[in-house]
This record gives sequence, C-alpha cells and structure tokens, in this order.
Amino acid sequence: MKARHILLIVWVAVVYALHQDIWNWTKAGPLLLGLLPPGLAYHLGYSVLAAVTMALLVKFAWPAELEDDEPQTKTPPEDKAP
Amino acid sequence: MIPAIVVFVYLAIVLYVGLFAFRKSTGSKEDFFLASRSLGPWVFLLTVFGTNMTAFAILGSSGLAYQRGIGVYGLMASSSGLIIPLTIFLIGTRLWALGKKHGYMTQVQYFRDRWECNGVGTVIFAVTSLMMIPYIVIGMMGGGHTLEELSGGLVPYWLGGAVVAIVVMAYVFFGGMRGVAWVNALQTVLFLAFGAIAFYLISRNLGGFDRIIGEIAASPKDSALLTRQRISPQEFFSYTFIPLSAMMFPHMAIMCLTAEKVTSFKRTVVWYPICILLIWLPSVFLGIVAAHQFPGLKMGESDDVILRLLVGNTDIIVAGILGAAIMACVMATDSQIMALSTMFSQDVFAHYGGTKRYGEKMQVWMGRAFVVVIAVISYILALVLEGQKSIFDLAIRFGFSGFAALAPVMLAALFWRRSNKWGALAAVLWVVACMVFMWWLQSYSNGMAPKPGQPPVAIFPELGRLFLRTPSNVTIHGYMPVMFMCIGSALWIFVVSLLTKAPSAATVERFFPKKSDN
Repeated sequence: MKARHILLIVWVAVVYALHQDIWNWTKAGPLLLGLLPPGLAYHLGYSVLAAVTMALLVKFAWPAELEDDEPQTKTPPEDKAP
Repeated sequence: MIPAIVVFVYLAIVLYVGLFAFRKSTGSKEDFFLASRSLGPWVFLLTVFGTNMTAFAILGSSGLAYQRGIGVYGLMASSSGLIIPLTIFLIGTRLWALGKKHGYMTQVQYFRDRWECNGVGTVIFAVTSLMMIPYIVIGMMGGGHTLEELSGGLVPYWLGGAVVAIVVMAYVFFGGMRGVAWVNALQTVLFLAFGAIAFYLISRNLGGFDRIIGEIAASPKDSALLTRQRISPQEFFSYTFIPLSAMMFPHMAIMCLTAEKVTSFKRTVVWYPICILLIWLPSVFLGIVAAHQFPGLKMGESDDVILRLLVGNTDIIVAGILGAAIMACVMATDSQIMALSTMFSQDVFAHYGGTKRYGEKMQVWMGRAFVVVIAVISYILALVLEGQKSIFDLAIRFGFSGFAALAPVMLAALFWRRSNKWGALAAVLWVVACMVFMWWLQSYSNGMAPKPGQPPVAIFPELGRLFLRTPSNVTIHGYMPVMFMCIGSALWIFVVSLLTKAPSAATVERFFPKKSDN
C-alpha cells in the first residue's frame, strides 16, 4: 500500500472520530452569528470537512483502473445459456 | 386550499416529466430499468441525492429536532455527509464497473455470481424487499400529511396519500428509471431553491431567527434544545452506523448502475455532504423554532411542524410552492418503488426463466405491473399505520438498521476474496433474527417507555442495564441495536466463511482479476 493511501486512511479515521464532539454536549452558547449554537455550528463545519475529505479522496485515491472497464456492456446474466 | 392547488399543479408537472421520459424510451429492459446506463454527472448527482432525501429527511428530522434539539443534525446528517459519499466512492464505483462488465442490473445478480449460489441471492432479495416496504410507506404517509396540512384539512390524509401513490405510480410505470431520474433531479433542484426562500420568509415573519433562538436560550424549559442533553453519547456514537445502510439499499445500488461513466461519481461524492447540509440544517433548525412556537406536540404529531411553520408564516401562494418543494422530497419514494420493480423483474421473473419464455417486452411489462402492486400495498399500509408511529422511528427501526447491518455482506463480496455463500447466509440470517428480536422487545417494552426527558428504563431489571427502553427506542447498554447488528454480521460472515469451503478459483479469478488481466 502506498504511503499516500495510508495517510488518507488515517485522515478519514480522524475525521470520523471528530464527529464525536463531546466537549459541545451541554453548551448552549455563545451563538455563532447570534444564531447557531456551538454544537450545530461545529457540525456545520464538519459537513464542510466531509466534502473536503471526499475531494481529497477523489484527487489522490480515485480508482482509475475502473475507468478502463467503461466501454463494454455484456449480456445480463439471466440471458446466458444455463 | 390555494397551497394545495399549487401542489396539485406541481404534481401534474411531475407527471408530465414522467410521460415525456416515456416518449424517449427505447422499450428495452435496460432502458426501462436503468435508463440505458446513460446519466451524466449533474443529473446523476441530483438523482442520487434526491433518492435519499425522503420524508424521513425533511419531515422526520424536523419532527425529531422538535423533540430532541440540535443534536439531530449531528446524529444523522453530518455523519451521513461523510459515510454515504464514502460508500458511493468505495462501493458504488465498483458496482458500476461490475454492472458494465457483467451486465448486472441489481446487486442480487452480483451476489448470486460472486458466491456461486442462487439461494443466497434469493434470500437477500426477500429480506431487502421486505425492508424496503417501510421506506415506501413513509413516502405515502408523508404525502398524505403534507396535502392535509397544506389544504387546511380539506384534502384528508387518505386522499393525499392516494394522490401521491397514483402520481408516483404513473410516472414510474411509464417513465421507468429515466422518469425517476428526471423527476428526482427536478425535485432536488426545486427543494434546494425554494427551501432557502422558505427559510428566509419564515425567519422574516417571526421577527428573525436570532430573536427566537435568543428566547429559546433564555427559557429554562426550552434551552436544552440548543444542546445535546436529550441525546446520550452512546446513542450519538452508535447512530453513525445507520448511514452504512446506503451500502445495501437496493435503490442506491441500482442508481449507481445508471451512471454513464465512472467519472460521474466524482462530482456526486464531493458535493453530497454539502447537499445534505443545505437540506438538513434548515430542517433541524425549523424543528427547534417550531418547538418554541407551538410546544406540547407528541412524537409523531411533531412530524408536521415544518408544514405548520410554512402555512402560518408565508403567503399562501408561496406556501403552496414551498409545499410542493417539500412534496418533492416526500415523493423520493419513487426510486424505491423502481428498485423493487427492477429486483422483481430481474431477480425473480428473469432469473427463473420468465424472459426466456415470454421475451424482454413481457419482462418490462411485469416490472410495470409490479410498480402498481407495490404502490397499492404501500398505500394500504400507510392508511393502516397512520398515527401509530413516528415517520422517523418507523424508517430507522425497520429499514435503516437492517440495511446497515447487511453492509458487511457487501464489503466482503467486493473486497474479501475468501468470503463465501455460507458466510453471507449466516450474516443475513443474523440480521433477520436481530430484527425479529428487536421488534418483539420494542412491542414488549411499549408499556414501560419513559416520557421524553425522563431517564431510560431497564426492560429486564434482573439483567441490569443490558436492555434499556428510551421514549422511542430499545437500546443495548445505551447503544443503538444497529451497532451490535453490524458487528455481529461482520463476525458471522468472517468466521463462517473461514470455517467453510472457499469459493472456486474460477470465481475468485473472475471477480478479483490480476492487474495484468484487466
């Protein structure tokens, strides 16, 4: 496995762990922009982090070998001879 | 009544889109069931996302936020924003490649070949079909409630559900997968656009959300809604297993087969978390605002709060347009109906010789007939179950948990060459046994369920805190059962596969070719 892939696996694991923000559990303030409680603001940021994570995976771990299979479509299995 | 009329106009447009798709149809089964594997990147993104944005997301999330506060966003939305695109990235792309290479139209066809066994495919077909039904019923319920609310009660629940059932049935019947994809794309755009307008208008009419949130924060009774105090850390953690359901949802798998190119997946996986944010954040937020505006609703009753806010705080025409946008998401049940129809026609009718005997056209007509059967059964169930269960609970307990617990089966099939049919069968049976047991435990403990805000109750005091009953769920040591179902399923497929005969070398070579053979 390439070092790049190991780094990405660690990255995804860290992002997954960051979902458990226990430090925000009972905080009702301060409100971000006078509107968003800390727990909600954190998870809004988390959603953006998830998008960034997916962009990194697409950039550095895209399964390019699957693109080679694009042209061919074979007969569906049930139509084959028994 | 005017908002309801606007919704009816919208339904007519949706119906037209379905019929237009019918005119584009080539009549082949690949065209009807998979839109000829031709969806481009943007339509693919909007369709895949629209497929998952159901009544569960819109009505269920705001209803649950009303009861339990802002934690609902972290509970399902932000974890789904990571796990679902990750699933599409790892699983969806590989399923797409297998579909292209071997001609698969459903995941069951793949499982049958991968594990050299028809029986295991049939069992998975039966189990996943049964688990899809609640998902579809939710859509019917959501449709009934939406029209009833928007018409001020003039369109009763039974009629609203019937209208949704007929419209969805009609455009799936005629348009097939192309109709579903186009309607889903339209619905997603509509919701994203008008959802933002709704959010702004409700805020303006109520004097600004900052004022309301300030009032909630100052209220001793409501301030807990701005925290996660009504959700335990164990529940919050174990909920992250629920989005694994995307791995085994038949409609997601089949949707992945419709992409024209594998590169279509790139845009989908990157934008998916943002789309989730744009839909779930306002839904959860409005649920909290509603708790302050009209307190005292019970579980189930609170599923309508977003509609109440809409009708009470916007112009009637705008309410109608926005109601149509909500209806758009509620009607995402179409792709589930399409998936069941595809599975029936491929995994049962064609697999057992129907296509060979009666031809491809008959297979397409069988698929259409099944669309009607599913819609009618789901509508009847929506009538029978009305008012008994919260939309959100119904989906989680009997659909999402079961599909999530089957995720190890898909992972093993794609990534572990040593996995075999016996391991897969053991995992599936484990999931079925767990669901039956949890159903029984849920029913058994209904009488002892605590009220919201009260601590959980031990179901069997002699077993300590092993099985606990919360206001709406049964938990195991405080964790959602889905976590143990997933771990158990992974262990079963691992251990039983190792203890039984490995798949043949030919099968391993077929599905795990050496790089030089590609």
